Amino acid sequence: MKVEITVNGERTSADVEPRQLLAHYLRDSVGLKATNIGCDTTSCGACTVLLDGEAVKSCTVLSVQADQQAVTTMEGLDGASDGRPEHPVTKAFHAEHGLQCGFCTPGMVMSAVSLISHDSDLDERKVREGLEGNLCRCTGYHNIVRAVLVAAGKDPDAEQKSEAESDALRTAPGFSRGEAGA
Amino acid sequence: MSILGTRVVRTEDPVFLTRGATYTDDLTDERLTGALHLTLVRSPLAHATISSIDTAAALDAPGVVAVVTGADLDIAPALLFPGANKAMTRPFLATDRVRFVGEPVAAVLTDEFYQGEDAAELVDVEYEPLPVVIDPLAAADDETLLFPEAGTNTAAAYGHDSEPDADFFSGCEVVVTRDLVNQRLAAAPLETRAASAFWEGDHLTVYMSNQNAQGGRDEVAGWLGLDKDKVRVILPDVGGGFGAKIGSDPEFALVAWLARQQGRPVRWNESRSENMTGMVQGRAQRQTITIGGTRAGKVTHYRLDVVQDLGAYPRLGTFLPMFTRMMAPGTYDIENVDSRARAVVTNTTSIAAYRGAGRPEATAAIERAMDLFAAEIGKDPAEVRKLNVVAPEKFPFTTKGGVEYDSGEFAKAIDLALAESGYEGLRAEQKARRERGDVRQLGIGVSSYVEITGGGAFAEDASAQVHEDGTVTVLTGTSPHGQGHATAWAMLASEQLGIGLDKITVKHGDTDLVPRGGGTMGSRSLQTGGVAVHQASGELVDLAKQRAADLLEASVDDLELDPENAAITVAGVPGKSVTLAELASREELKVETTWDGKKPTFPFGAHVCVVEVDTESGKVTVERIVAVDDAGPILNPLLCDGQRHGGIAQGIAQALLEEVMYDEEGQPLTGTFADYGIPSAAELPSFDLVEMTTPTPVNPMGYKGIGEAGTIGSTPATQSAVIDALSHLGITHIDMPLTPMRVWEAISEAGK
Repeated sequence: MKVEITVNGERTSADVEPRQLLAHYLRDSVGLKATNIGCDTTSCGACTVLLDGEAVKSCTVLSVQADQQAVTTMEGLDGASDGRPEHPVTKAFHAEHGLQCGFCTPGMVMSAVSLISHDSDLDERKVREGLEGNLCRCTGYHNIVRAVLVAAGKDPDAEQKSEAESDALRTAPGFSRGEAGA
Repeated sequence: MSILGTRVVRTEDPVFLTRGATYTDDLTDERLTGALHLTLVRSPLAHATISSIDTAAALDAPGVVAVVTGADLDIAPALLFPGANKAMTRPFLATDRVRFVGEPVAAVLTDEFYQGEDAAELVDVEYEPLPVVIDPLAAADDETLLFPEAGTNTAAAYGHDSEPDADFFSGCEVVVTRDLVNQRLAAAPLETRAASAFWEGDHLTVYMSNQNAQGGRDEVAGWLGLDKDKVRVILPDVGGGFGAKIGSDPEFALVAWLARQQGRPVRWNESRSENMTGMVQGRAQRQTITIGGTRAGKVTHYRLDVVQDLGAYPRLGTFLPMFTRMMAPGTYDIENVDSRARAVVTNTTSIAAYRGAGRPEATAAIERAMDLFAAEIGKDPAEVRKLNVVAPEKFPFTTKGGVEYDSGEFAKAIDLALAESGYEGLRAEQKARRERGDVRQLGIGVSSYVEITGGGAFAEDASAQVHEDGTVTVLTGTSPHGQGHATAWAMLASEQLGIGLDKITVKHGDTDLVPRGGGTMGSRSLQTGGVAVHQASGELVDLAKQRAADLLEASVDDLELDPENAAITVAGVPGKSVTLAELASREELKVETTWDGKKPTFPFGAHVCVVEVDTESGKVTVERIVAVDDAGPILNPLLCDGQRHGGIAQGIAQALLEEVMYDEEGQPLTGTFADYGIPSAAELPSFDLVEMTTPTPVNPMGYKGIGEAGTIGSTPATQSAVIDALSHLGITHIDMPLTPMRVWEAISEAGK
């Protein structure tokens, strides 16, 4: 079947099998390799892209379902920047060391973009829950959460502090939280 | 100001965050054009003989170029760990018998990926089921043999040459013993295994997702019977390893063999469900601990007995219990230590290294022992630890495990962790909740740990070259997969040469560029490869001075490096100088060196974990984790903290969530990410890191390793915290992972 999909602002088309996954369309038919496939069960989120602005796991969408729609991958965020992270999210991932091996990163970044666009008042708890569908095996999420908060215009130190203060342990004498991420 | 010790963001990130990294499955090397896709047919049974394999239907399927079975191969089965029982070899494709679910039986080669998935379904393999043995303790009885010709399931035994002394604990006032499970874990790097291979005449090039190019080359060459210099292994970006990508995999050699046989390049990228059965897994120890000492709290005796589950074919797992035995006494000054281990095969996925590789298992055991001992004598577990740790004045300290700890301040690390956590206050809060009978009980776990880093591979090569345009190339035998070596090694070179990070390129993971190297594993990289880069860069300055001496007509002793301008100047003579770039334009300015630290180092630390346990549901929430991880001076705190964070998360995950499970027939019950409990951001808190710096005398920089520290410290702290929350109910132990079901069952049992 022939599909036409706008990818990062450019019209693309290919003759694909009806069963082809959008992740494979992006990687194999269009040749954009940032979108990674890490599992078979829509668990890891490494393939997350925006489909008409909504975050989807591109291993769970068929190419034919994306026909005549617009897809944004991580390559589309900083397309004109000459290889420098300049989008608020990619910039924050760089500054906060929100990646190590980088495999989950494109999906994590796209989920973060979606999360920030849907909630103008994010806090640590919301970020953690918002990223539940994206697994990372390297970072322990600490710096990813910080990066998303920074990208959302929040002070991650203040957010993590308020998280600590709001929990039940604030009553413990002598309880003090260190400077997280220091 | 020195760049060393500063928080430098990663130079490798811009590509990762714009175009994305280039993993093995992303390669666009034109020599891979027209590559065949390999799809492996894997055994659905854990133990069976193969009666027949019918490939006819698969051969007729669209896009199928070839279907290859073990009968077609001309490579002999390989012993995947040289020290194991010689009869326990693994065929590259099973011919007469399969020994675990996921063992490759046939190879399907197609033009396109989807065609392979279809055709593999059509390969018809007839199996005759055999009795299955999953439990390593049962396997040790040798009733069901995996390798009848071996006559035993024991692949290796350590310390079993004599019977344990029955009177070992006779002088102790208190003796506590316990069986522990250190459960099997999946390393689960987000990038699954992948390899691509092509031949140019009799020269083989293999791209693989791996932690060590040189080890991978040696294994592929050995298995295929090739000269090493005919094989080039290249590691592109690697999407996580965690120990499971050390060395080559039999599948990689198969890819290379098929490429030769077909006369076409071959690509292979496994699925996650293949990865969850085909890739080596970790831990998988059954331990018996016995600890003895005085009522006053002095531990005098410790015994550790390990049965290591190796899975179906002995691999690096065979070695793990040696590390566990070496590190058995942990941070403690125990006069009498006794240990033994046995490594046995079972009808499961093979076991190899996983983040910490034998050391977390040792720490989990001794830390559980300390808690049980403290509970038995009714003392605070932190106090009992401090009473028994090696005193700072005793370093270098040779343990009864037979290793020499280089440096350490174990009690100080515990004190720092306790102070940061507000330990006294937490205990008061715990007491109050118990008195109120709160549903949510508080638990506090304390761990003290020491680990061996760079164990077994203390030397590493490095080279540094200044080019005519003033840029620098650094070559290293270490091989990162997320750790940030490109930034860290460039910092080391920049410090010595005065050349900016943006002009320094670090290359690694290519056996043509770096023929010798140990790769990145066992937290070895900085103290070996990093120090080698430091040394190479220093030697490069010396070489530059020698060359400049002739040019500037000055004595070498009068020359110094002007780091502002990357130039050699004559001390006290302004204007008389020559830049490194100018020197490089006259003659190649390059040094190659080897750093040999000769000894491992011993980072250490202490963690405090605070949990809330819902006593009605068994749900555990990690509220805080305070980590003191002392790895000596820190080259780049950004990278170091990142390593600690990841390690802590994996440690909590082992304590609370993760376990690879099989049913009695050897069928994996956790074969996908939908079943296997990898934590997400929502299950974890942010972490509190506390700094402490005790340099090692083993290298001039004082550097120790950090990659696995977080895991080693956080697992026992978290397990202890959960048990501590329930200790007032009479609960003294729960095996990992402490899932809500397990915790709830323990509470229910205690209430009876």
